[in-house]
Amino acid sequence: MNYNNGQQPITLNRNMQQLQLLLPILLPVLLISIIPLVRGIYIGFTNYELGASPTFTGLENYRIMLHDRFLWRSIGVGFIWTITVTVLQITLGMGLALLLNKNLVLTPLYSVLMLVPWAMPPIVRGLMWRQIYEPDTGALNLILSQLNVIEAPINWLTSFEFAIPAIIVAGVWGELPKAALFFLAGLKTIPEELYEAANLDGAGKVRVFTHITLPMLKPVIAAVVSLSFMWNFNAFGLVWVLTQGGPGGLTRLPMLAAYEEAFRYGYIGYAAAIGNVMVLIISVVLFFYLRVQLKERIS
Amino acid sequence: MTCLFKKNQPDQTDFPKQESSYNLKKFLGHGVLHLIIILYLIYLIFPLIWMVSTSLKPTSEIYSGIPSLVPRHATLIHYFTVLTEERLLRTIANSLFVGVITAFAVVAITLPAAYALVRYKTKINNVVLGWILTSQIFPAILLIIPLYMILRPLNLVDSLGGLILVYVVWDIPFVLWMLQGYVKEIPLELEEAATIDGATRGQILYRIIFPLLLPAIGAATLFAFITAWNEFFFALVLMKTPDLMTLPVELARFTGIEGQARTGPLAAASFIATIPSIVFFMMIRKWFSSGALYGAVKG
Repeated sequence: MNYNNGQQPITLNRNMQQLQLLLPILLPVLLISIIPLVRGIYIGFTNYELGASPTFTGLENYRIMLHDRFLWRSIGVGFIWTITVTVLQITLGMGLALLLNKNLVLTPLYSVLMLVPWAMPPIVRGLMWRQIYEPDTGALNLILSQLNVIEAPINWLTSFEFAIPAIIVAGVWGELPKAALFFLAGLKTIPEELYEAANLDGAGKVRVFTHITLPMLKPVIAAVVSLSFMWNFNAFGLVWVLTQGGPGGLTRLPMLAAYEEAFRYGYIGYAAAIGNVMVLIISVVLFFYLRVQLKERIS
Repeated sequence: MTCLFKKNQPDQTDFPKQESSYNLKKFLGHGVLHLIIILYLIYLIFPLIWMVSTSLKPTSEIYSGIPSLVPRHATLIHYFTVLTEERLLRTIANSLFVGVITAFAVVAITLPAAYALVRYKTKINNVVLGWILTSQIFPAILLIIPLYMILRPLNLVDSLGGLILVYVVWDIPFVLWMLQGYVKEIPLELEEAATIDGATRGQILYRIIFPLLLPAIGAATLFAFITAWNEFFFALVLMKTPDLMTLPVELARFTGIEGQARTGPLAAASFIATIPSIVFFMMIRKWFSSGALYGAVKG
């Protein structure tokens, strides 16, 4: 669709007309989103504490960060969490999408049920998994003890061994349908003729998958990987409800660390600095993603 | 059957045979597929079923230590508790209020903007789209700190009005993206014909575009409502007065202070909190299976 077809040469007028229509969102977005964001980034370079006036301290927060072992652990756990959840979400989601793309008798029912985790409020997801992980009354221990797999109840969320796997299982559970949906939508756009041609050439299922499905899905996969990375790295609610960052700060993801610094200890400047580092990490990931995308487009 | 034709058509004898064995293989293959899907789905919906089951069990049965998916003595007592407890009802009402106002406000101010983005292609488009993308990478913590500082002197911290303001702006990027996708589908010829008939820009918008967009507006309104209904982080930081809390924050508090004794009511309240989203997802399921989502991912 081409609306700039020379019939309306006065671009300034068009800009003004568009601006008028955009005004209702531009103002609130500027006041409640863009200005606060820029200010938030700036606060990361101050020593702002609740109840005190901030002074610009440059890179001081980041110097402190270098010696903050707890923060380093947070970022480490953040990476473990983000990468594991993203990888499982992509592979299991792809599997689920491929299964649902086959038109089986019950496919409509399956695809409705698949949406369930995504349809739940994130807090409820957390509460639900808490009930499952509950040491005395939770489903997991009850079932495992009935099956004689365990003798004593395990306290999944407060043990150093199991806390991280427990939040990952719950995290994948909530994020998996999102990836499956995107992949399913992508699978539907692959022309049927490609598969027919491959069948005529006698290509096996694996070859069809690696030579047709995967390459055709590449843009969707790239988008889902980068979006998932961002969402999972910025995760908060689920883990907050499950462990509040415990045991002993083991599951304190970066967002939880920043929240605690700001609203529990009042180190607002330092919390904003953590936010800045998170943006930096995500930007690096996005940068590589965009480079791959651009290369694809050029070649 | 095949042997009847054997004499006359010897070349084709094994053709039907091959087909029938292929069908059997297909059937068995599908059996395995169904099994895999069902295992997947157990992982996906078991937590929900467990939650619903817990909400229907009397407290003594929850603590009996014997797992059962179907309650032995099903009771609605926990739902009764939740729906008669004043504070919880209050938070449900708050969440409904915040969700409805947010949804209508977001769509009302985003609709003209979505139209403007599609119909006028100027340099402003790149700025707006760039902002939509960047707004995704910033962790909420960076935004909430300055927002807290801006809203506090305006008396909008710990107020439903302030929360609505934040949600409206937080929802704009995705709703804008969603609506502009729908506007693109409206043929320009309709508007041109109206212009020839002497309709003004405003008349075109209100008489032609908005009625055609009604389904999209419905979907966007519901989406914005669900986002506000589900939101946890901003509400956790901004709301302090118990009577002004939203449902997710109240649910998260449920687990802390009163602890285990409230497992039953908590499960019931969690299920109530999920109902709007489930209804919504059932309603817009068709939208997911279309290519619209793919277009959104591909960007």
